[in-house]
Amino acid sequence: MKYAAKRIATLLVTMVVVSFLAFVAFDLISGDPAEMMLGTEATPEALAALREEMGLNRPLVVRYGDWLLGFVTGDLGMSYDYYQPVGELLAPKILVTLCLSLLSFVIITVISIPLGIWSAQRSGGLFGAVHTTGNQLFMAIPPFFTGMILSWVFGTILHWFTPGAFPGLTNVPVALKHLLFASVAIAIPRIAMTGRMLRSTIRSEQRKSYVRTAISRGNDRGAVLRRHVLKNALVPVVTFLAQTMAEIVAGGIVVEQVFGIPGLGRMLVVSIANRDYPVVQAIVVILAFWVVLAGTVADLVNARIDPRLQLGGDA
Amino acid sequence: MLEIRDLHVKFHDRDREAVSGVSLHIEDGEILGLVGESGSGKSVTAMSIAGLLPRRQCDYTGEILLDGKDLLHADRAELRKLHGKEIGVVFQEPMSSMDPLMKIGEQVEEVLLIHTKLTKEERRRMALEAMAAVELADPEAVYDKYPHELSGGMLQRAMIAAAIVIKPRLLLLDEPTTALDVTIQAQILDLLKKLNRESGISMLFISHNLNVVRKLCRRVAVMQRGVLVEEGETETVFHHPQHPYTQRLVAAIPTRCRKEDQP
Amino acid sequence: MKKTSMNGYLAAGLILTGVLVLLIVAGYFWTPYDPNAMSVGPKFAKPSLQYLLGTDNFGRDIFSRVMKGAGTTFAIAVATVVIGAVFGTLLGALTGYFGGLADAVLMRLGDILTAFPSILLAMVIISIMGPGKTVNVVLALGLVFIPSFARVTRTAYAGLRDANYVKSARLMGASSARILWVHILPNIMQVLLPAITIGFNNAVLAEASMSYLGIGVTPPDASMGYMLSEAQGMFGAAPWYALGTGFFMVLLIFGVGLIGESLQRRDGEVD
Repeated sequence: MKYAAKRIATLLVTMVVVSFLAFVAFDLISGDPAEMMLGTEATPEALAALREEMGLNRPLVVRYGDWLLGFVTGDLGMSYDYYQPVGELLAPKILVTLCLSLLSFVIITVISIPLGIWSAQRSGGLFGAVHTTGNQLFMAIPPFFTGMILSWVFGTILHWFTPGAFPGLTNVPVALKHLLFASVAIAIPRIAMTGRMLRSTIRSEQRKSYVRTAISRGNDRGAVLRRHVLKNALVPVVTFLAQTMAEIVAGGIVVEQVFGIPGLGRMLVVSIANRDYPVVQAIVVILAFWVVLAGTVADLVNARIDPRLQLGGDA
Repeated sequence: MLEIRDLHVKFHDRDREAVSGVSLHIEDGEILGLVGESGSGKSVTAMSIAGLLPRRQCDYTGEILLDGKDLLHADRAELRKLHGKEIGVVFQEPMSSMDPLMKIGEQVEEVLLIHTKLTKEERRRMALEAMAAVELADPEAVYDKYPHELSGGMLQRAMIAAAIVIKPRLLLLDEPTTALDVTIQAQILDLLKKLNRESGISMLFISHNLNVVRKLCRRVAVMQRGVLVEEGETETVFHHPQHPYTQRLVAAIPTRCRKEDQP
Repeated sequence: MKKTSMNGYLAAGLILTGVLVLLIVAGYFWTPYDPNAMSVGPKFAKPSLQYLLGTDNFGRDIFSRVMKGAGTTFAIAVATVVIGAVFGTLLGALTGYFGGLADAVLMRLGDILTAFPSILLAMVIISIMGPGKTVNVVLALGLVFIPSFARVTRTAYAGLRDANYVKSARLMGASSARILWVHILPNIMQVLLPAITIGFNNAVLAEASMSYLGIGVTPPDASMGYMLSEAQGMFGAAPWYALGTGFFMVLLIFGVGLIGESLQRRDGEVD
C-alpha cells in the first residue's frame, strides 16, 4: 500500500516534469501566438491587446500553472489552424487511438504469451535456428510496410474495407475492420519481440534451483511451469509489455497514416507539418502521460507479483 | 529399505564416470552418512535416488531398489508418484531452492497438493504441524511469509518441513547445513536427529565434512572420484580409517574436534 | 553445434548486410539509370532484366531509385548512430566512472527519456527544429539515441570501475582519460556493439517512418520512407515499387539484426 502511494507520487512528479519540459520547449519555439493568430500584417495595438487577453505577458511558471490547470480540466487552448478548442478537436481522436492501442495490445498479449510459453518448451539445433531467424525477420518488418500490404490485399483486392474511408467509431463493424488490420500491422514485430523475450525468461528460470526442488516434490513438467516458473517469469514480461504499450503508441502514429485512421497520431503529423503548436503540445503531453502511466501500472502489477519489489528502490 | 547395486553414471560431456560401481544400502530408520569432496560422485548418487538425473545427458546402469522397486529405470510418471511422497529431498542452498514468489506455507504443503486429496484446511493443518515439528517459531506467521523474509536457518527448517510433511520413507539431505553458519548448523543437526528418533524416518546425509557426519550418523560411506572407498560404523572408520583417502579426511579434522566424544 | 549456429547467424548477417551495403555504396557512384530521370522506360513496366524492380508512373527505374534512396536512409542511420554512440559513450563513461550527483541526475533523466519511443521523441524535436530538413532529421535522431547508449555504457563502466586491472592501471599512474578510453573501452565492446546494431535498426525505422509521414527527408533527397509513401499511391498499378523498396529495407534490418543476435550472445547460449 505504502509502495503504491509512493509509486503514484512518483508518477505525478514525472508527469509534472515531463509536461513542464514540453511546455518550455514549445514556449521557446512557438514564437508569438498572437502574431500566429492575427498574421504578420496585424497592427501592433491589436497584437498587444491580444497578448494581454491571452495572458502572454505573465511569467513562464505562472503560464505553465495556468496551462496545467487548463489541461487537467480539459481546456487545452486554441488550435492555430482550426480556430477550434484543442480539447474539442482531440476528444474523438483520443478515443480512436485508444481503441487502436488497446486492440493492438490485446492481439500482442494473446498471441505472444502462448507462443513464448510453447517455444520455451522446445529447444535444440533446428528449432532454435528457425525460431531465432524467424524472430529476427518478423522484428525487421516495419508496421507501416505491413500496413501497406494489408490494406492492398484486404482493401484494394479483397474489398473487405476501404482504406482511408474510416467511418467513425459509431459504425462498429466497419470501424473494427480498419482498426483490426492496423492493429495487426502494429502487432507483428512486437509479437516476435515479446515471444522471444518470454521464451528466454522462461528458459533462464527453468535452470534455477527451485525448479529442481519442485521436481523433487513430484511435480510434472506442466505443473512446474504452471505453479512456479510462469509466475517467476512474469515480472520482466510485465515490464516489457509496458514498454510495448509505448511502442504501440509510436507505431500507431505511422500506421494511422497508412490506413487513414483519424487518430491522435495522424493529427500530430498534420499539426507538426503546419506548426500548429498548441495541438502538437497537447498531443505530446497526452502520449507522454500514457507512456508514463503504462510504466506505473506495470510497476504496481509487478509489486503484486513479487513482494520483494516493494522493499528496496524508490521507484 | 533402500539398496543401490552397482550404480554407474556417466555424463556424455565427461570422460570419467561420475559414479562407477557404487553399492550401498540403508536400513529402516537409519541415517547413513555419505562423505566425499566435490566431484566425488556423492551428489550424483543422491540425484540418482531422487530421480533428478538428467537422463538424456548421461548413461546409467545398475539398480536402485526402494523396497524392491527399481527407481533408476522406472518411467517418469511412475517416479513422480514416489517423488516427494516416498522420498523427500533437502538441498544445500535453502534460499535458491525455494520458489521466491510462493508463500512458505504453500511450499511446505505442495507435496500434499500433488500426492493427496486432502482439503485446503487439512493441508494447512498438516503444514503447520510439520513446521512446528521442525521447531519453527510461530508457524502461523511463517506460513504467510515469503522466502526473502526468513533467515537461512529458518528457510532450511521450512525446507525440511516441506520434505517431511507427507512422512516419506526416506529423506535425502544434500549438504543441508553447508551454507549455514556453525551454530545454526548444530541446531539443524539436532533437529534431524530428533526427527529420526521420533518418526523413524530413514535418511541419507551427504556432506564433505566427516566431522558433521560423525555427529549424526552411525554408519558412513566414503566416496572418492566416483568410487566407494570405505564403508562402516562411523566410529570405526573415524578411529581406524583403512583407505588412504579416508585417512587424509580424518587427518584434516582439527585435533580438538577429533577428541570430542561422540554425543 | 552451438558454436556453428552462433557463427551461422554472424555469417548470414554479414553476407546479407554486405551485399546490401555494397549496392548502397555503389549507388553513390553509379546506378543503372538516373534515379530521378523520367521516362527511362515505359510507365509501370514490370520487373525484368532491363528494369530489375520495374518502373513507376513516370517511367523511372525503381531499382536505381531504391539504390539511391537506401543510400540516403543508410547515411542518416549511420550518422545518427555515430552521434548517439559517441556522445552516449562519452556521457556513459564519465557518469559511470566518476559517479556522483551528475550521474544520479542524468541517469534519472535518461530513465524517463528512454521510456519514450524514439520515434515520438524524434518527432517532438523535429517539430521544434522545423520539419522537412535532412540535417534536422539526423540531429533529432542522434539526440534521441544518446540516452540509450549512455545507459548501456554507464552500466558497463560502473561495473569495471573497480576491476583489478583498472585499479592496477590507476596505481601505475595512468590518467583517467587513458583508463577510460584505452583500458576500459575495449572491454565494453561486448555491450556496445550489439547496442550499435540495435541503434542502427531503430534509426532506419525511425527515419523511414518520419520520411513516410512527410516530416523527415523530403524531395529531391528521396529516402526509403518517402519512396514508400510515393509507392503506396500506386500500389495497385505498380506493387513492385512498394514491395521492392519495403523488402530491401526489411532485409537490411534483418541482416543487421542477425549480426546483433550473434554479438549479443556468445558464451555458449543455446537456442
